[in-house]
Amino acid sequence: MIGPFAGVLFDGFAYGMLLFILSVGLSVTLGMMNFINLAHCSFAMLGGYVTVTLMDRLGWPFFATLPVAFLAATAASVVLERALFRRLYRASDLDQCLLTIGIVFMSVAAAAYVWGTVQQPVQLPDYLQGSVTFAGISFAVYRLFLIGAALAITVVLVAGLEWTRFGAQVRAAVDNQRMARGLGINVDGVFAVTFALGSGLAGLGGALAIAMVGLDPAFAFTYLVYVLIVVSVGGLASIGGSFAAAALLGISDMAGKYYIPELGAFLIYLVMVGLLMWRPAGLLGRR
Amino acid sequence: MTAATPTAGAGPHSYLQEQIRWRWVEIAFWLATLTPFLLFPSYLQLASQIAITALFALSLDLILGYAGIVSLGHAAFFGLGAYAAGIVSKYGWGEPLSLLVIAAAVAGLAGYAMSFIIARFRHLALIMITLGLGLLVHEAANSASWLTGGADGLQGVKIWPLLETFKFDLYGRTAYAYSLVALFLAFLVARRLIHSPFGLSLRGIRENPVRMPAIGAPSRAHIRKIYTISAAMAGVAGALLAESTSTVSLEVLSFQRSADVLVILILGGAGRLYGGILGAIIYMVARDQFSGVNPQYWYFWIGLLLVAVVMFLPNGVLGGLAKLSASWRRKSS
Repeated sequence: MIGPFAGVLFDGFAYGMLLFILSVGLSVTLGMMNFINLAHCSFAMLGGYVTVTLMDRLGWPFFATLPVAFLAATAASVVLERALFRRLYRASDLDQCLLTIGIVFMSVAAAAYVWGTVQQPVQLPDYLQGSVTFAGISFAVYRLFLIGAALAITVVLVAGLEWTRFGAQVRAAVDNQRMARGLGINVDGVFAVTFALGSGLAGLGGALAIAMVGLDPAFAFTYLVYVLIVVSVGGLASIGGSFAAAALLGISDMAGKYYIPELGAFLIYLVMVGLLMWRPAGLLGRR
Repeated sequence: MTAATPTAGAGPHSYLQEQIRWRWVEIAFWLATLTPFLLFPSYLQLASQIAITALFALSLDLILGYAGIVSLGHAAFFGLGAYAAGIVSKYGWGEPLSLLVIAAAVAGLAGYAMSFIIARFRHLALIMITLGLGLLVHEAANSASWLTGGADGLQGVKIWPLLETFKFDLYGRTAYAYSLVALFLAFLVARRLIHSPFGLSLRGIRENPVRMPAIGAPSRAHIRKIYTISAAMAGVAGALLAESTSTVSLEVLSFQRSADVLVILILGGAGRLYGGILGAIIYMVARDQFSGVNPQYWYFWIGLLLVAVVMFLPNGVLGGLAKLSASWRRKSS
């Protein structure tokens, strides 16, 4: 009885950590500029395709492709931010939504054109395959690796936000953008860098996601919903909130699929709407 | 969204009376909707689809264009209407007109229930909640396959001939006439609503939701009212689709449909009554023409179009036309 339950808990937590890597960048940029970037998962998808292409066509090792996936998503996000998003920071929610949905549509069609609509295969290195058994429960090595990566990223992010000059500027801009400007902080510059880093993280998340959830052109839409749930439930610009929300979402999604499969994703959406109605600013949100 | 600002000096009543007058462009437009019968008889099926989509877009315009409620889940009401009509006809009552009423009632009731949630939120939380509710209804219909047929679609929809004489045939003549009349009637209702004091206060809520209660307008009650009306109208559109095609699939509730109708409305111009209709014509005709070439990549062009509209044509095609005609008038006078 306890075995399957712990297994579901572990798988759900690993899945939640994946969602955390995918969504944490969006959480920070949304909190800073109130810019609703629905194209966040398109960057993740780009990262995933970069990894697949490098491994499949050029024979790169898995770990060598991860920095490239990060950089590719960063570069794409800088181009889009400078060319399009920058002009809409003061526009209405609707305009921001529409522009970024437009980019999602384009990215989905472009991915289908370049890579086709089939699921992309990925061949993990041997040491990330298989599983280890501990106390009668088997843990997939790749999921352990995912959890470790997510925890490392969390530590780096929290430390970076708390103890660096740049992190202090980010926190100031999130708390009170106008005051931060008044103190001479270059909010636009800080935002551009944060946006690039957040999108890069999404790209990394996309690359890590393939082995667990697969990759096809619908990725940008499918995971957009999950990422938005994490962000809006976790609260804007709250790394702890995103972490908690991602873990909660991952575990409840896995548990729902395992114990009551006939409900499908219904449970997730119900939890999301309920949480939002209870706390519109998110679990740990301040506003 | 600068569709209408009252001119200084004139009172609100004369302003509204001036707005409600029919212009010759409008009369010409509605006469032009009859031309497919004569000029494109092989495209009547497409024309009926356009009329249904236009009605759906009009219902979204009421809440988005006038009350400023951004919804990413409006297909929920469209789908509820379609399923209501489909399921009732499956169990032995296929009279089209009464099915429309049933669909409107079901979707309107759901809209009324949801409006209590909708009226409490704005901005990101509102967008997320509409998205969540839309997905919730979609998943519910997917799970309740004993009622809806689930992913296989609803089997056994039987629609009786309209008024016991006109069959819904392959050519779509009945379907187009029927959808067009429904669209026109709904348009009249929407037009009357928008040009009433109620419509004016909706626009006030859109512009400043904080100040409207301060001058004595109950903005939540207004939002609940218009949301219910809009939901019922979307339900009618869904029922029209179910009746004219005799099928209901899970697609009527999909996020794609919610996104499509938003694109259509923005393309035409939100807050302008004709925006949704014009957007539906452009979108559906373009899709009909292009999807033959490469259906898979159709969404690339839709995406590009969206980006272009947001960047260069913030009030849609109608907004651009209004700007053009205004500058032309200024030059000539």
